[in-house]
Amino acid sequence: MAAFASALGILPSPPASAYPQQRRLRSVKREQMQGCRSRRCSKVVSYYGLITPPYKLDALEPYMSKRTVELHWGKHHQNYVDGLNKQLATSMFYGYTLEELIKEGYNNGNPLPEYNNAAQVWNHHFFWESMQPESGGSPEGGVLQQIEKDFGSFTNFREEFICSALSLLGSGWVWLVLKREERKLSVVCTRNAISPLALGDIPIMNLDLWEHAYYLDYKDDRRMYVTNFIDHLVSWHTVTLRMMRGEAFVNLGEPNIPVA
Amino acid sequence: MALRTLISGKTLAAAALGGARTLAAARGVATVALPDLPYDYGALEPAISGEIMRLHHQKHHAAYVANYNKALEQLDAAVTKGDATTVVQLQSAIKFNGGGHINHSIFWKNLKPISEGGGESPHQKLGWAIDEDFGSFEALLKKMNAEGAALQGSGWVWLALDKEAKKLSVETTANQDPLVTKGVNLVPLLGIDVWEHAYYLQYKNVRPDYLSNIWKVINWKYAGEVYENAVA
Repeated sequence: MAAFASALGILPSPPASAYPQQRRLRSVKREQMQGCRSRRCSKVVSYYGLITPPYKLDALEPYMSKRTVELHWGKHHQNYVDGLNKQLATSMFYGYTLEELIKEGYNNGNPLPEYNNAAQVWNHHFFWESMQPESGGSPEGGVLQQIEKDFGSFTNFREEFICSALSLLGSGWVWLVLKREERKLSVVCTRNAISPLALGDIPIMNLDLWEHAYYLDYKDDRRMYVTNFIDHLVSWHTVTLRMMRGEAFVNLGEPNIPVA
Repeated sequence: MALRTLISGKTLAAAALGGARTLAAARGVATVALPDLPYDYGALEPAISGEIMRLHHQKHHAAYVANYNKALEQLDAAVTKGDATTVVQLQSAIKFNGGGHINHSIFWKNLKPISEGGGESPHQKLGWAIDEDFGSFEALLKKMNAEGAALQGSGWVWLALDKEAKKLSVETTANQDPLVTKGVNLVPLLGIDVWEHAYYLQYKNVRPDYLSNIWKVINWKYAGEVYENAVA
């Protein structure tokens, strides 16, 4: 009765404690995990590992040098993984999936200590897979159609992507995301390690704009770096796969089936 | 001194900007100019490489100066027209580029070649104040290194003086925010740039190495002068 009344807006919505079942499930899961851990003699612990990019480290030359990829993946990305694992040893987030960790750790704009490492691990993994040797150019089929629908033309999208990337002040990322509410593709910039996952959207492709991503190859010339990425490195194949998955969660309307 | 300036060519960027500046000044907008470095680009080796110093000064700082001047002119036009939307929109560009100019201008004065006294520990008033507020000089260095290394993303780590409370503290600011954004009474004695462009070519991802090495070229004499003027 109270729930019905609150749905009509008559009463204020009940506090979280009114839904004990959800919270109980969460804490049971944690208790079970902790219980398991104390029952066994040999503790089984699981932490995050570093996934190798789906291409050789020199495959992105000449647009991203082997040296940059070696450092960026082998040192920066590795450090985020190691840092996260170190934090998880004593954190309540142990056992969470990376996506859960990012969403909870973001804490509505007041990120918890584990957030930065977790988000950067995810962001960089997403980044390596957003690229492909000898790629770039423009997409085809459904992705191109959606881009033309949401940006007007591929050229418009490309301009907006480059402009957005150059307008970011400081460190961060530029993303092509599928917005859940607006049900369209959009270019967004995020500062430092902020992830669109934490903001509720579906990431489709990203580009690292932290200086370590391009300084060795391009020095201060961010424009050249972004242009080379969008023209030669972005993997539209991966974008298509991610769009397909995204469409399972966001209704982009009826498909255009040609009539015979 | 003038001959050395010509040979090292570090004023080239400043000369190029000088032309644009006088034009804007004629319209009444007080623009800024890229300051000269009081030493050669290679003079801070091996702590900071000449390549980094050259890029940092001629590309990064020069870009902040150019963009700040551009934003100032746009602001002037918007204020005159009464275009409040544009005035507000320009604030982030002014804060970023203006802050970048302010911070880097302080930074160049905070550095000094080893041969000219860089790295010599602070004496007298500043030295005593450091001992009083941090326990020891080593403790201050340790604190600044720790805070600088822990800073996520881009920013600065500062040795700040609260001129009202007459107390020293270590502060960090994000991106190009000047120290004053952390407290209106804070005076920057020393600032260390921990943006990746400040060290990446030489130290790669090892920011702690950059921080421990930069103390060899820190100009404590300048910091001491700023301190004594502020507490006087």
